[in-house]
Amino acid sequence: MALSGMRGLSVFISEVRNCRNKEQERLRVDKELGNIRTRFKNEKGLTPYEKKKYVWKMLYIYMLGYDVDFGHMEAVSLISAPKYPEKQVGYIVTSCLLNENHDFLRLAINAVRNDIIGRNETFQCLALTLVGNIGGREFAESLAPDVQKLLISSSCRPLVRKKAALCLLRLFRKNSDILNVDGWSDRMAQLLDERDLGVLTSSMSLFVALVSNNHEAYWSCLPKCVKVMERLARNQDIPQEYTYYGIPSPWLQVKTMRALQYFPTVEDPSIRRALFEVLQRILMGTDVVKNVNKNNASHAVLFEALALVMHLDSEKEMMSQCVALLGKFIAVREPNIRYLGLENMTRMLMVTDVHEIIKRHQAQIITSLKDPDISIRRRSLDLLYGMCDVSNAKDIVEELLQYLGTADFAMREELALKAAILAEKFAPDLSWYVDVILQLIDKAGDFVSDDIWFRVVQFVTNNEDLQPYAALKAREYLDKPAIHETMVKVSAYLLGEYSHLLARRPGCSPKEIFSIIHEKLPTVSTPTISILLTTYAKILMHSQPPDPELQNQVWAVYSKYESCIDAEIQQRAVEYFALSRKGEALMDILAEMPKFPERQSSLIKKAEDTEADTAEQSAIKLRTQQQASNALVLTDHRPANGAPQVSQLGMIMVPSTSNVDQNVVDQPLTHSNGTLSVVDPQPPAQDHAPAGDILGDLLGPLAIEGPPGVSPQSELNNVPSHEGTLGANDALALAPVGDQESTVKPIGDIAERFHALCLKDSGVLYEDPYIQIGIKAEWRGHQGRMVLFLGNKNTASLDSVQAKILPPSHLKLDLSLVPKIIPPRAQVQCPLEVVNLRPSRDVAVLDFSYKFGTYLVNNRLRLPAVLNKFFQPIQVSAEEFFPQWRSLPGPPLKLQEVVRGVRPMSLGEMANLFNSLKLMVCPGLDPNACNLVASTTFYSENTRAMLCLIRIETDPADRTQLRMTVASGDPTLTFELKEFIKEHLVSIPTAGKPPAPVAQQPQPNIPPIASSDPGALLAGLL
Amino acid sequence: MIHFVLLISRQGKVRLTKWYSPYSQKERSKVIRELSGMILSRGPKLCNFVEWRGFKVVYKRYASLYFCMCINQEDNELEVLEIIHHYVEILDRYFGSVCELDLIFNFHKAYYILDEVLIAGELQESSKKTVARLVAAQDSLVDAAKEEAASISNIIAQATK
Repeated sequence: MALSGMRGLSVFISEVRNCRNKEQERLRVDKELGNIRTRFKNEKGLTPYEKKKYVWKMLYIYMLGYDVDFGHMEAVSLISAPKYPEKQVGYIVTSCLLNENHDFLRLAINAVRNDIIGRNETFQCLALTLVGNIGGREFAESLAPDVQKLLISSSCRPLVRKKAALCLLRLFRKNSDILNVDGWSDRMAQLLDERDLGVLTSSMSLFVALVSNNHEAYWSCLPKCVKVMERLARNQDIPQEYTYYGIPSPWLQVKTMRALQYFPTVEDPSIRRALFEVLQRILMGTDVVKNVNKNNASHAVLFEALALVMHLDSEKEMMSQCVALLGKFIAVREPNIRYLGLENMTRMLMVTDVHEIIKRHQAQIITSLKDPDISIRRRSLDLLYGMCDVSNAKDIVEELLQYLGTADFAMREELALKAAILAEKFAPDLSWYVDVILQLIDKAGDFVSDDIWFRVVQFVTNNEDLQPYAALKAREYLDKPAIHETMVKVSAYLLGEYSHLLARRPGCSPKEIFSIIHEKLPTVSTPTISILLTTYAKILMHSQPPDPELQNQVWAVYSKYESCIDAEIQQRAVEYFALSRKGEALMDILAEMPKFPERQSSLIKKAEDTEADTAEQSAIKLRTQQQASNALVLTDHRPANGAPQVSQLGMIMVPSTSNVDQNVVDQPLTHSNGTLSVVDPQPPAQDHAPAGDILGDLLGPLAIEGPPGVSPQSELNNVPSHEGTLGANDALALAPVGDQESTVKPIGDIAERFHALCLKDSGVLYEDPYIQIGIKAEWRGHQGRMVLFLGNKNTASLDSVQAKILPPSHLKLDLSLVPKIIPPRAQVQCPLEVVNLRPSRDVAVLDFSYKFGTYLVNNRLRLPAVLNKFFQPIQVSAEEFFPQWRSLPGPPLKLQEVVRGVRPMSLGEMANLFNSLKLMVCPGLDPNACNLVASTTFYSENTRAMLCLIRIETDPADRTQLRMTVASGDPTLTFELKEFIKEHLVSIPTAGKPPAPVAQQPQPNIPPIASSDPGALLAGLL
Repeated sequence: MIHFVLLISRQGKVRLTKWYSPYSQKERSKVIRELSGMILSRGPKLCNFVEWRGFKVVYKRYASLYFCMCINQEDNELEVLEIIHHYVEILDRYFGSVCELDLIFNFHKAYYILDEVLIAGELQESSKKTVARLVAAQDSLVDAAKEEAASISNIIAQATK
């Protein structure tokens, strides 16, 4: 065992190692950090050796995973030390502790540059290494010419030049303009003549980056690459030290062939011949040998050669060899080779028409689907997905279905989605498609996203021939003893629409259908109950002449749910009850759903989305482009009037299966059943809850829990109709009280909810299995009124309820009395008056506690009485803006700052973000299209109304930085506002990004609700 | 390109991390946590690649240590697998049959040896001999400075006698 050569460091490492547990280790580390901190404070007493030792210790501690938030300065300062040992430590530790976005790094630019242009070769190496590893844009701009000089200098030794090549590569990645200079391509070509293989390897890496960016400028380099390949393949003039297990630098071979793949073709016949000879040699001459490393290295070269052949071989001289090789690879035991064989076969599907040959290996590929290694299973699944067509769809989908039962959870969702897409795309007949989807739901209901069953509903709706079959299948599944809730949903929906087509079959009378569906009701969640209520209405409507007994049964259900806590269910129950007494009118309102217009499968879109997580994204994209869903072609697309539902369906691409998503997803369906009173055809206004965000709607259900005597009609009016009230369904689901957990866990992310509430005025602040706290706020000038809705979700009361406000100094907060006890299933409202005294970003906190049974729950929740609530957006014209802007000359009234590490977003997204913060973007004021100007009025007791002006200058080449200027008539306000905006730009809270998705989603033109739309009709009736 | 290099022990202790793409401290810890969970639990006869967040992680186990490198999906996996081995061979030569303890107590050396093998997430030198020569040269520079310091302190000590 070698020791570090520094006693203090070795002793420290041993002591940390000897700690018996994590706690001890932390104590030891904290002690050391304290020690280092004090030593650094009186820096004068430190010898260079000590400084070095402490900086190494910092790195060690950092590596153990502890935060080291000081001492960066000391590490950076060592870079300018005169002696090598200190300098080396400074460079290494700086490049480990910091990343390119660190401010400290800018302090080092000068010292680094001095080392690069200095005469000391070892210093040059250290400096180039640092810049190559963590240099950012600023480095690129200030150092690129110096680094270039070193790379092409004839007086520099290889050890400097190879570092310079990779350093330049890094700088090029940060700013591609640095090498867009005249004559550079000639220099590059010269570099490829390099004899030193170290320099050549590094230069080749640089070259790969250059050609991937723009191959046009580098045609002259192509023959040189082929020369390099020839030299390596023939093992000519390759020093022994550059052969790896007998193979002439496999890395250089791989890089060179990679570079060649960026040229579209090789025109020159003699060069082409030379290259193909080399490739032929590689394809034929690679054998499997015993030595693992030799094998890996030679196969690294072989797979790269395969890729190059696939790219270049338009004449298919060697393609069959490639396919044969890949066929061999996917059958070997060695897992790496098999993995790569599957991967490359999938790639091959993209470039050439080898479907038929690959299909011969189908059985082998299916074997890999059952491999113990998930990496291999993934590749196999992707390949099966890619090679599927009409001829083998049945086999492949059946394999996938079979595998679904045993597949690991990590893959099930992807598997289900892929099976559904293949079934849709390649269905030989549509009844098979319905079978597959129902089987999917039956076998893996938890992993079948709502899109999948929405899609089957669309198909059935659009294909009349399919309707009786689907209804019959749905009826059959209902006979099974325990079925997944999704199956209940889809069956209920289908039977509601089409069960009358089965009327003459045994067990399919309206009454029987009703009772078998109704059996499931006690076991399902609220969104499903809503669907069932609609189904009952439809069954009732179809049973002509009316069956009084059935009618009474259904009415009994409706009257039971008339007082349901869930607004959606309650609304449906009340409306259907009223409607079903209207007799004939029911026929119109509950008529069969119209056909859906043709559209791209949301599943395929979703697959494209999820593909970002798995390999072969491009392959799938390509395939989806090539093959339009041919199942859709079978359908009869009449332009239909169901546009609103459809467009919303299309927006749902969220792969997650969380509750919230299901809510959102469920929304369109409830629309389509014709219950919703008003469909909002507009994308949500910026300061409203976005379409996908249902938290804001939770107040609906909460608010309804009023005195029981209120008539249903007036209750309905309480529901804010412009927001998708329906989404709220199961967020207030009756939480199982019996769930005995050791602690009470909040439902949903508290921080996320807070951030969402910062951007809108109503929603849920906190929720756990026992209580839900909602907020509704109104703001006027510097005053505001918030109402806290404390809702007890249980059948037992909550005791010892306490709520205290911990106000920051700039807010006056007055909370009305909070009752000690909240009765079962009741909701209390506690108004809270807010007065804003002066600008500040501090946040008020609600200290909240209650007792439920033996649990004492205490939570501190931030209240969304934040700076932007006291804004009033104001549009200013150029005439108003510029005099104001000029009248605020500079600090402290006008502050400017360059912000780095900005979450990259387009200008449109940024404008949305600003608008959602109530900072009104004023387009057209700034002549530069990359800039953005916004204004708002801020209200507080001290400042009164105060105009605030903001200007953002973005850098289109680097979205992570921008310059911000903020001006107002009050220095504190200016500063606070600047910091406030910065917080939102730098790290956008996850829930705080609603504007962005809205802007990105293709929003098809949604026509105003047609008069034949059942939803609109219903709205008229109400 | 290689986005980062991780050395993790079987117990999940981090022995070396090197980041070529910008990750904040928080992201770094998260990445380490996620990947140790994924990789340490993999059996011995599986392939050396795992797919992770749209990237690939190539890893190899040597005794008690896992060497991991994260690359882009379209990069050549086997090439990177052999970069790992190349680095291990260099460490082995330098320390003389390297073991985990060598890397713990000489983590700083592991860093500067790595700097001779990789820059900007790309292979810099494929000759073990050249790397060994350059590392030795650095060591001798450090030693020379130490001796010089020692001799200066001797001189001072003698002068002040």
